Amino acid sequence: MLISKWLTTFGKYLILMGRSFSRPERMRMFIKQYVKEMSQLGVDSIGIVLLISFFIGAVICIQMKLNIQSPWMPRWVSGYTTREIMLLEFSSSIMCLILAGKVGSNIASELGTMRVTQQIDALDIMGVNSACYLVLPKILGLVTIMPFLVIFSSAMGIIGAYGTAFIGHILAPDDLTLGLQHAFNQWFVWMSIVKSLFFAFIISSVSSYFGYTVEGGSVEVGKASTDAVVNSSVLILFSDVFLTQILS
Amino acid sequence: MIEVKDLTKTFGDKTVLDNINMVFETGKTNLIIGQSGSGKTVLMKNLVGLLTPTSGQVLYDGRNFIEMSKKEKIHMRREMGMIFQSAALFDSLSVLENVRFPLDMFSSMNYRERVKRAQECLDRVNLIEAQEKYPGEISGGMQKRVAIARAIVMNPKYLFCDEPNSGLDPKTSLVIDELLSGITKDYNMTTIINTHDMNSVMGIGENICFIYKGHKEWQGNKDEVMTSTNKKLNDLVFASDLFRKVKKVEMEEEERGCVISL
Repeated sequence: MLISKWLTTFGKYLILMGRSFSRPERMRMFIKQYVKEMSQLGVDSIGIVLLISFFIGAVICIQMKLNIQSPWMPRWVSGYTTREIMLLEFSSSIMCLILAGKVGSNIASELGTMRVTQQIDALDIMGVNSACYLVLPKILGLVTIMPFLVIFSSAMGIIGAYGTAFIGHILAPDDLTLGLQHAFNQWFVWMSIVKSLFFAFIISSVSSYFGYTVEGGSVEVGKASTDAVVNSSVLILFSDVFLTQILS
Repeated sequence: MIEVKDLTKTFGDKTVLDNINMVFETGKTNLIIGQSGSGKTVLMKNLVGLLTPTSGQVLYDGRNFIEMSKKEKIHMRREMGMIFQSAALFDSLSVLENVRFPLDMFSSMNYRERVKRAQECLDRVNLIEAQEKYPGEISGGMQKRVAIARAIVMNPKYLFCDEPNSGLDPKTSLVIDELLSGITKDYNMTTIINTHDMNSVMGIGENICFIYKGHKEWQGNKDEVMTSTNKKLNDLVFASDLFRKVKKVEMEEEERGCVISL
């Protein structure tokens, strides 16, 4: 029963994606929507991404210094581990989990409200492919902007770590710099970006599915919003395991 | 003209529409009336293709909408305009942008022509002064008028209205009815209105189809409603004291007329 329900949902999701990934009726209108979504989903998230990354970068650095650092360890170990955690997991996976909450609920509630107030029906009656007009710009917009958010997050995390060095005097800035530069592997940056592209697709498409297929009223819109966040988060965690294995 | 032939719609075991046959004429305001839950909205959704009938045909000037390909249906939909119960305006667009939206999507007009055409339609519904406002900033009646302007901006051949007067006061309802009736005549459209507002029935009902529990019970015009002996129709139309009194007076006058003619 559960498998049947899951397969039905997955089938409906694939049908929606099939309708979404089709040629837009009017490219001018599509680009307008695409730019709007990049701004709404991506640019508007920069503030929260920077804020969280700054403090997490600082906290990771302090924790590493207090719990890992010992006379048997090199002085650069705190900086090195801070960089690796920020780059490999926090800025891609954990940041996307946070964005699944912010952006996912935004997408699901917007589309869900449009559904229950018959705005999507109005588009269909006009002969507009509502899935392509509403969903595709959200997916492409978030996928486009996500790598920038990952880069900003990593950079801000490192600034946070420097904050502990310069303001909190937890460790020497030179030791931190040495750690940040130690055994740097450029592929890790690309790995982080590639992972974030998959996660951006999961957040936007899964949330769009739950919003687009709402039936009922405001209670169902709220439920769809919650389902969107929960399902996106679970899928991000699952795919993180596989992507990390494949890309490492 | 829209013809509905042997249309049946079932949801699981439940038959919501049972073998419906109707004709909606061009240039007339065609009303579908019935109690809540009688199947009016399901019928309209079948007509516009938001639902697919279990069996039957929907013919738009002889073209069977049900058998059309996906591409043909999309093309066909550009000949339709629809006004939803909730107006269904796009919240993120201004009034003018809402009305201009179908033109932006489908017309080959340049920007100035599109704005001019949208303003003409807003002027037709007396809302030109609200063009810069957003749907959330205008009243329910104004939203319905914007929806009418948006529905007619592409010069549709067929106009569908799902309970256009719901939630409106009687005076605003009258304005909406007059607008719909006027637009139908001006553009020579086939207009179909779903309603259980009896003021609309008496005011603009040129062709009225009464649906009762999923099947067509009666068809006629507003004058025939007054003299109909169909009990189910009378129970709906003359549910209020006012209309019962109006009917009584009408019947008495008719009887007097008969006597005089004798």
